[in-house]
Amino acid sequence: MSLKSFNSRSLSTYLFLLPATVIMGFVLAYPIFKGLRLSFFEWQMRNLMKDPVWVGLRNYRELFADPFFWESIQVTLKFTFSVVFIELIVGMGIALLLEKGIRGLRFFRSVFILPIMVAPVVVGVIWRFLYNPSYGMYNYLLRKVGLPALGWLSDPKIALGSVIIADVWQWTPFVFLLILAGLQGIPKELTEASLIDGANYFQNLFYIKIPAIASVIGITVVLRMIDSFRSLVVIFNMTYGGPGLSTEVLSLHLYKIAFVGQRLGLAAANAIILLIIIISLSMIMMIKRRKG
Amino acid sequence: MINNLFKKRLFNTVRYIGIIFGLIVCLFPIFIMVTTSLKNDVDSFSIPPKWIFKPILTNYKSILTEANFMKYFINSIVVSVVSTFLSIGASSLAAYSLARRNFIGKRIFSGSTFLMRMIPPVILVVPVFIMFRNLGILDSLVSLILVYTALTMPFAIWVITIFIGELPISLEESAYIDGCSTFQTFYKIVLPLISPGLSVAAIFTFRTAWNEFILSLILTNRMTRTLPVAVSLYITDTGTEWGKITAIATIIAIPAFFFTFFSAKQLIAGMTAGSVKG
Repeated sequence: MSLKSFNSRSLSTYLFLLPATVIMGFVLAYPIFKGLRLSFFEWQMRNLMKDPVWVGLRNYRELFADPFFWESIQVTLKFTFSVVFIELIVGMGIALLLEKGIRGLRFFRSVFILPIMVAPVVVGVIWRFLYNPSYGMYNYLLRKVGLPALGWLSDPKIALGSVIIADVWQWTPFVFLLILAGLQGIPKELTEASLIDGANYFQNLFYIKIPAIASVIGITVVLRMIDSFRSLVVIFNMTYGGPGLSTEVLSLHLYKIAFVGQRLGLAAANAIILLIIIISLSMIMMIKRRKG
Repeated sequence: MINNLFKKRLFNTVRYIGIIFGLIVCLFPIFIMVTTSLKNDVDSFSIPPKWIFKPILTNYKSILTEANFMKYFINSIVVSVVSTFLSIGASSLAAYSLARRNFIGKRIFSGSTFLMRMIPPVILVVPVFIMFRNLGILDSLVSLILVYTALTMPFAIWVITIFIGELPISLEESAYIDGCSTFQTFYKIVLPLISPGLSVAAIFTFRTAWNEFILSLILTNRMTRTLPVAVSLYITDTGTEWGKITAIATIIAIPAFFFTFFSAKQLIAGMTAGSVKG
């Protein structure tokens, strides 16, 4: 290939990358650096005309000294670990149940992705309606089977549980789909050989199948963890963090600092912490992928 | 033998009971949403609930005649359609370079794209708000189109790169020898061949833009709002008009129903590949 055509090809390589790089750089990368810078400043939303004041690490110190911040970290961790654990168990259970083809499997899989596709805001609104203490469907069903009605979203002891249930409803299908794809990718010879060797179902499951899909399980778990650390909109519309702080996850806390407390610098510091958590999880996933 | 047959039957019965239970759990909230939107106000609150009722369109009629609803609806359509086109256009160009060429900083480009895919919109809220305010594009649809285009690009680039990577390279080589420019090769040969990949990427992009809530809440005003923000504010504004609220929610969910029933297979392929491959 002549030098000229080689050069023109390499020029086109960069030209093709240009639009995406410019847009992502301008709207994703640059704001993150701007946010990092802002986290060292004090700047009030109600005083945007004033220049931001450099305060060094004060925002971070204030955040780490704030019990409400730690409360929201705790809520986020409880939320994340519960949803990931439940979704993994239930999703894997359904996947194992349906792994060997069954009539209607394709239809079932299609219906199952509906909760994933529906807007989080719709999920929040609908579950809020279903959880309503007086005319909500769930309390009606509880009373119908003779159980006492619950204050699903008004009782601080169970509100987080109610939020978790809604998330499990929305995201278990996702886990199910990934695990099912993993199970169907296991070479047949592998499981058949162990069955011929006289392994029972559970030996087959724990010694053959689960090790074979370990990397899929790992990626699914990390992906769901990232997503639940990010999750905000469903909770925003279902409880807005309440009652008290019982469902206030980190991202909602950050939103409130910025747009209720109106402290942009402090919110930026909070955002950086959330970002560090998410980037670390993503790094784990990147490494897992390379290995898998 | 009989014992085995019995076991198999039992297992199948358990599986079907499991499936039906799963279907009910999965569809129940959506069923309640749609039916409530078709009831009058008295019926939607009645306990025990009316399972059989005459569906009426009153709620839909009344939201459609409300001054701002149509505006929000059109905003949502414009923002989602334009961001989808921009995002898919720029992403497929970048994906072509990524799949077919070597360039300086390729690893950095793909690595940072991967990380950017994970960025929660809420992290962008504050800096983007300030940036757009300085640029004077706050409260405009342009601001939403910009963020949604950028936000959806990492995933789109990545899905399209996989699809291009699976094409045999010989077609492009012969097009190049026949004198096609790189852009012609890309436009006339590659794009038509990866249309299934483009549609998967486009559906996910559209879905993100159509569903997104928090950035829209901050970057828009009364005139430029999109439907997710409208339905959320409806709750706090009016309290208990659940008939209307569920009607708007149902309208927001229509594209989701549509995609689920017409392209579930591709979506599942995209979702599983989108997470596990890489």
